Amino acid sequence: MSQIGSFALLLALALCAYSFLAGILALVNKGPGSERLGETARRAGIASFVVVFLGAVVLVVAAFQNDFSIAYIFHHSNRDLPAPYKFATLWSGQEGSLLFWALLLSAYGLVLRLRYKTDVRLFAYASVIIAAVQVFFLLLLNFAANPFGVMQGTLPADGTGLNPLLQYPEMVIHPPMLYLGYVGFTVPFAFALAALIMRYPGEKWIQITRRWTMVTWGFLTCGVFLGAHWAYSVLGWGGYWGWDPVENASLMPWLTGTAFLHSVMMQEKRGMLKTWNMWLIFSTFMLSIFGTFLTRSGVVSSVHAFAQSSIGDWFVAFLAIIFATCLFFYVKNRSHLRTEHKLESLVSRESSFLFNNLLLLVACFTVLWGTLFPVLSEWVQGTKVTVGPPFFNRVNVPVALLLLLLTAVGPLLAWRRTSIDSLKRNFLWPAIGAIALGILLVALGMKPWNDVSYFYSLMTIMLSALVALTVISEFVRGGRVIGRHTGQNLFASMVQLAHRNTRRYGGYIVHFGVIVIMIGFAGSVFNQDKEQEMGFGDKMTIGSYTLVCQSYTQDDNPNYGSEWAVMNVFKGGKQIATLNPERRFYKASQQTSTMVANRSTPQEDLYVVYEGQNPDTGRPIIKVHLNPLVMWIWVGVWIMIVGTVVALIPNSVPVRVSAPVRMRAEPVGAGD
Amino acid sequence: MRILRRVRVHSLFVSSRAKRGIWILGARGEDRDSPSLTLAGMTNVFLKRGAQLVVMALAVFGLLGAGDQSARVNDLGHRMMCVCGCNQILLECNHVGCAYSERMRGELVAAVDRGDNDDLTLQGFVQKYGTTVMAAPTKTGFNRVAWVMPYLVLALGLIMVSVIVRAWRSRPLVLPDGSVAAVHGTELEYFRRQARKDTEV
Repeated sequence: MSQIGSFALLLALALCAYSFLAGILALVNKGPGSERLGETARRAGIASFVVVFLGAVVLVVAAFQNDFSIAYIFHHSNRDLPAPYKFATLWSGQEGSLLFWALLLSAYGLVLRLRYKTDVRLFAYASVIIAAVQVFFLLLLNFAANPFGVMQGTLPADGTGLNPLLQYPEMVIHPPMLYLGYVGFTVPFAFALAALIMRYPGEKWIQITRRWTMVTWGFLTCGVFLGAHWAYSVLGWGGYWGWDPVENASLMPWLTGTAFLHSVMMQEKRGMLKTWNMWLIFSTFMLSIFGTFLTRSGVVSSVHAFAQSSIGDWFVAFLAIIFATCLFFYVKNRSHLRTEHKLESLVSRESSFLFNNLLLLVACFTVLWGTLFPVLSEWVQGTKVTVGPPFFNRVNVPVALLLLLLTAVGPLLAWRRTSIDSLKRNFLWPAIGAIALGILLVALGMKPWNDVSYFYSLMTIMLSALVALTVISEFVRGGRVIGRHTGQNLFASMVQLAHRNTRRYGGYIVHFGVIVIMIGFAGSVFNQDKEQEMGFGDKMTIGSYTLVCQSYTQDDNPNYGSEWAVMNVFKGGKQIATLNPERRFYKASQQTSTMVANRSTPQEDLYVVYEGQNPDTGRPIIKVHLNPLVMWIWVGVWIMIVGTVVALIPNSVPVRVSAPVRMRAEPVGAGD
Repeated sequence: MRILRRVRVHSLFVSSRAKRGIWILGARGEDRDSPSLTLAGMTNVFLKRGAQLVVMALAVFGLLGAGDQSARVNDLGHRMMCVCGCNQILLECNHVGCAYSERMRGELVAAVDRGDNDDLTLQGFVQKYGTTVMAAPTKTGFNRVAWVMPYLVLALGLIMVSVIVRAWRSRPLVLPDGSVAAVHGTELEYFRRQARKDTEV
């Protein structure tokens, strides 16, 4: 089995190397036969997907067949591991996850190479660049982190099992989503570099790239928040984001990708920011690779298992090559990136995008800086320091609030210039609404002067209300105009409005999702927790809930043994739920894991953790967190996904009005 | 039954010590009886009164800040990490039987009960467990760079954006060669498309 896998990886490397070299020759050489050579390069690229896929299948089959002669399977699986987690073995360890990365990259390459007729030459360049990235990952897989390495000595009877923290349903979908995001940024990078190398005329490449970026960004968003949800559900500390280097690594390309999705509109609409956009997409790709380097090189300490390995040097070399290549072609062809228009007014959509990009990049820099500062500190002063949540929160929360403000104001600004009157007209009622909400919250007992965290929370809610009101007012205003023309009701008109310009209104839906998430974050200021040893019939009160320990017991199955408690939850004297917090001991890996019992409502989460038994009394220690508004975060993510999907739907044909329009109607459903 | 502890958990927002202030306003009568009611005089009175209020408020804040012990434990416990290697904030480490966090929490409560001020308490932990016990860099020496840099980058970014905006605004429009009448075919279509884009909302 391992020979088939190793051969597949070697063959994939040969195919990608051929695709890269033959592709370059075909593009450079204009002579007869170059077209056919280019075609063979494209087909080699397509074949590489088949071969890498075969390698991945071999690894998964080996996991299902308990083939512990393969070291990777021995270290990440065991006989009693449930089937879905055996499948997830593919991305559970260093080598397997790199193979999974190579598989996704070849799949993206496959789609790109099959769609080559869109623009043969641009796609040929992009295909060569993707082949180069494939070569890097396949070199790594063949010579530094081979997933098909065999065990030495006596064949073990059973594997050491999958890390218990990874034995959770979301782990089957979280890494694929995240990797689809990370790896996906290779495609916009390839198109951008291709356009720069060939001095591509026009903005068509931007339209192609934008769509790919949006899909990739959507996957990364899902991946990041699935990771947060997994941490919340499995780690049992009551939080969802701990600013761990691995989390930070996923956030950085997300931030620059978000900046790109905004600023690219300036290039499409106004022919501005061409250099900026080029470097934004280069940076996003490099940050994806850099994040991988950070988490797999051991250069920073992380709770994630990938931290210990020796492949960091490979990534450093690869990053250096990418940067040098980008810089070389930028210097060579920078005249191609001249801005076509001038900025006419500071109060315009263009300037709001500039500031939006600035804030997103400052947030990205802060995350990068905080992640790397321990290394820098050790290098400069010889002592390592910790840069944890207090640092990131203090620096990033004000930036996030400014971004929220821009999210509210930006969509109200027109391209080129906006009159103050129009801004006032569009902004007045949302602003009054947001201020009224703030006053109401203070009247209800929120005291922002007591603590800076309360102040931030209040500001977040007020600014979120401002964004929500501006988004709603945009939908309603546009819907009304369409309704007047077509006679449809407001809701149908708003749906039609969104369909007329899916990108713009999909974007608004994404913004709405963002503010729902931000409100969820704002709730964390009011978190409470309580920990108590609980015997039969013991009670614990937290907030408006009373928990009574009904019983506690133990259980056992081939994969793990478990201890769990049965907790009856009362509110207002009435039983509303029964929760079963659990702690498992996985036999193969000899590690414990928490299974949190969570009663989630829009108002708050009652999050119950079985922390273990008191060895003296044998009674369970239960920790209960009362976390307000957490559900809003997950709902917000769903809204963001819906918005992204809407933005990807092609626009419908604008509504044609046959009857003369009697009233003055503002143009609606147009522009971004 | 053993009540172990009650703390507020980590929040995404900056958590600082809860402070409560009481604003003590001067009696109206004093102003009415003051000898000078000219604009300058009134300004002086207001400035003086304002300064008194600020000093008083600072004193009240300072005194009250040292008060609530559980809030202090909560605050200090969120400024330190558990050193067991779990990478979690001290008060959020949830490992039952963790060799470090239980002991460290005990030491923290003892230090606060002893009346040690925040700096002394944190210093004691740094001496015992090393600099990595602090959850964020201190604001001394080279560590200041960690805090300053993001704001510096923001400031530089703002300056850069301002310069770019100024440069863009002063850039002359590049007009195509030839008169308007000479524009036709694909070029005309290009200008039409551009005009449509520019006039969209």
